[in-house]
Amino acid sequence: MYERLAQFAQTWGLLYFVVLFVIVLAYALWPKNKKRFDEASKIPLRED
Amino acid sequence: MASSTQAKSFTFSEGGVAILLILCVFVSILIAAKTHDPAMAFHAWLGLAAAAVGVFAVFNGHFKRECNIPEEIDGKPNYQMGPVKVATALSMFWGIAGFAVGLIIALQLAYPALNFDLPWTSFGRMRPLHTSAVIFAFGGNILLASSMYVVQRTCRARMAGGLWPWFVVWGYNFFIVIAGTGYLLGVTQSKEYAEPEWYADLWLTLVWVIYLLVFLGTLWKRKEPHIYVANWFYLAFIVTIAMLHLVNNATVPVSFVEPKSYIVWSGVQDAMTQWWYGHNAVGFFLTAGFLAIMYYFVPKRADRPVYSYRLSIVHFWSLIFLYIWAGPHHLHYTAAPQWAQTLGMTFSIMLWMPSWGGMINGLMTLSGAWDKLRTDPVLRMLVVSVAFYGMSTFEGPLMSIRAVNSLSHYTDWTIGHVHSGALGWVGFVSFGAIYCLVPWLWNRKGLYSLKLVNWHFWIATIGIVLYITAMWVSGIMQGLMWRAYTPQGFLEYSFIETVEAMHPFYVIRALGGLLFLVGAVIMAYNLVMTVRYGEHAEEAVGHPTAVQPAE
Repeated sequence: MYERLAQFAQTWGLLYFVVLFVIVLAYALWPKNKKRFDEASKIPLRED
Repeated sequence: MASSTQAKSFTFSEGGVAILLILCVFVSILIAAKTHDPAMAFHAWLGLAAAAVGVFAVFNGHFKRECNIPEEIDGKPNYQMGPVKVATALSMFWGIAGFAVGLIIALQLAYPALNFDLPWTSFGRMRPLHTSAVIFAFGGNILLASSMYVVQRTCRARMAGGLWPWFVVWGYNFFIVIAGTGYLLGVTQSKEYAEPEWYADLWLTLVWVIYLLVFLGTLWKRKEPHIYVANWFYLAFIVTIAMLHLVNNATVPVSFVEPKSYIVWSGVQDAMTQWWYGHNAVGFFLTAGFLAIMYYFVPKRADRPVYSYRLSIVHFWSLIFLYIWAGPHHLHYTAAPQWAQTLGMTFSIMLWMPSWGGMINGLMTLSGAWDKLRTDPVLRMLVVSVAFYGMSTFEGPLMSIRAVNSLSHYTDWTIGHVHSGALGWVGFVSFGAIYCLVPWLWNRKGLYSLKLVNWHFWIATIGIVLYITAMWVSGIMQGLMWRAYTPQGFLEYSFIETVEAMHPFYVIRALGGLLFLVGAVIMAYNLVMTVRYGEHAEEAVGHPTAVQPAE
């Protein structure tokens, strides 16, 4: 049981985190999103 | 006023809060009548009194207001700032109380006679009072206040839930009172940072779920298309704390009229659960929540957008996905499996990346505006807090390495590390946020005195430096003395010899704590003067002070 759990964590766990990180990076750095993020960063500074 | 033409009716939220509080009145009476435990009877009476006052406040608020509260006035959102004001003021109050108790227990360690040989004032009961007061009362209230402020301002919408935000703020503070008085009376389940017993936990669960709903409801109503990054951090904080609280407090009470309960987890599983909870209380309460404060208040105060919004997205997702695994580093060299210890250690080291990414993002927000640090002590406080964040999140992963931990664990080094994070990061970023919030909320041109902020900054900074350097020296010395052997293989020092050796550092630590407390008292004076005598801002800073319920 322990062996199987450790095996699972060390392979699929690693893959899971790498894939997640790649998705996050792609979302953050996607050129099309740049304008939206620039807009969003100004939200606190705009007075209503 | 345009709104005065609107009708007035008893709203759903008023009805809901009233029904819930009336139920609480009956439950409190039942418990007070049935219980044999004096501490629980005392809490039941407190509950009765608080619920009765709450019911009165609901109806009083209803009869006093002239109309239903509009969502917008003249096209501008009619922000609900009443609960934010209360939570901000209570944060300052509990902060001073918590720092004072911290000073007392620091002095007790240096001069044990100050325990007074009384159960209620013993170190064992005062210490959780201190930790809960500073983390959950001081920190919790500024998180409530700032989250309710930021979510409204960045969504450009009035808070959802009508009267429920009021219930959240007062209900949370009632939990604090029950928890704190419970510790002094000996009611505890002895889990670090999760000491309150089952009935306080249940109450907190109720309050917290409503907090989540209010927050989500406000996001739902937003006029901004994008959810600003600070709100992501607040949301992660609220959701994760709910999850941690439920799992770590899965207890079965002995009886519904007894304070004692037993946890369903056993042995090493309980230890793992406790430190999964404990470390993520650090990760999601003391980090994610206060990072949300950083992401709103630093750009706002520096008057420039955050350095990189893209980095803030990577920061957010990597932080929350890594933090949740770091807990087992609290259980090095215990019965927890070796692989679990290694896993906790590995994830702690990986946390360096998002932590420093976040720190750089906060600091670099000032690029091109560094001169403001010279003239604005509030901004300086915020920036120094981010620097302390970077320092303590560098130290933390280092201490999580098993070999380093073999020296640092159970010593004062840990206490020093915690306080560089707690005083330097959490304390200073909260002070900065409160210094910003008070003039905004009470519609003042600025603070009563920036000079006093400067005094606060320097006194508190010197206090922190004294505190953490004393604890580094004391902790490493303590660790080295514990592991020192004579050539014959005997332990070189008895335990009491290590305690004696630490005395001077305990005195220095208490002095550091005293300075930190003095700084906070100066701050409270400055804020009171700002509210009482500060010049009114010409133009409302954004929130028309229109009708507010139950103020």
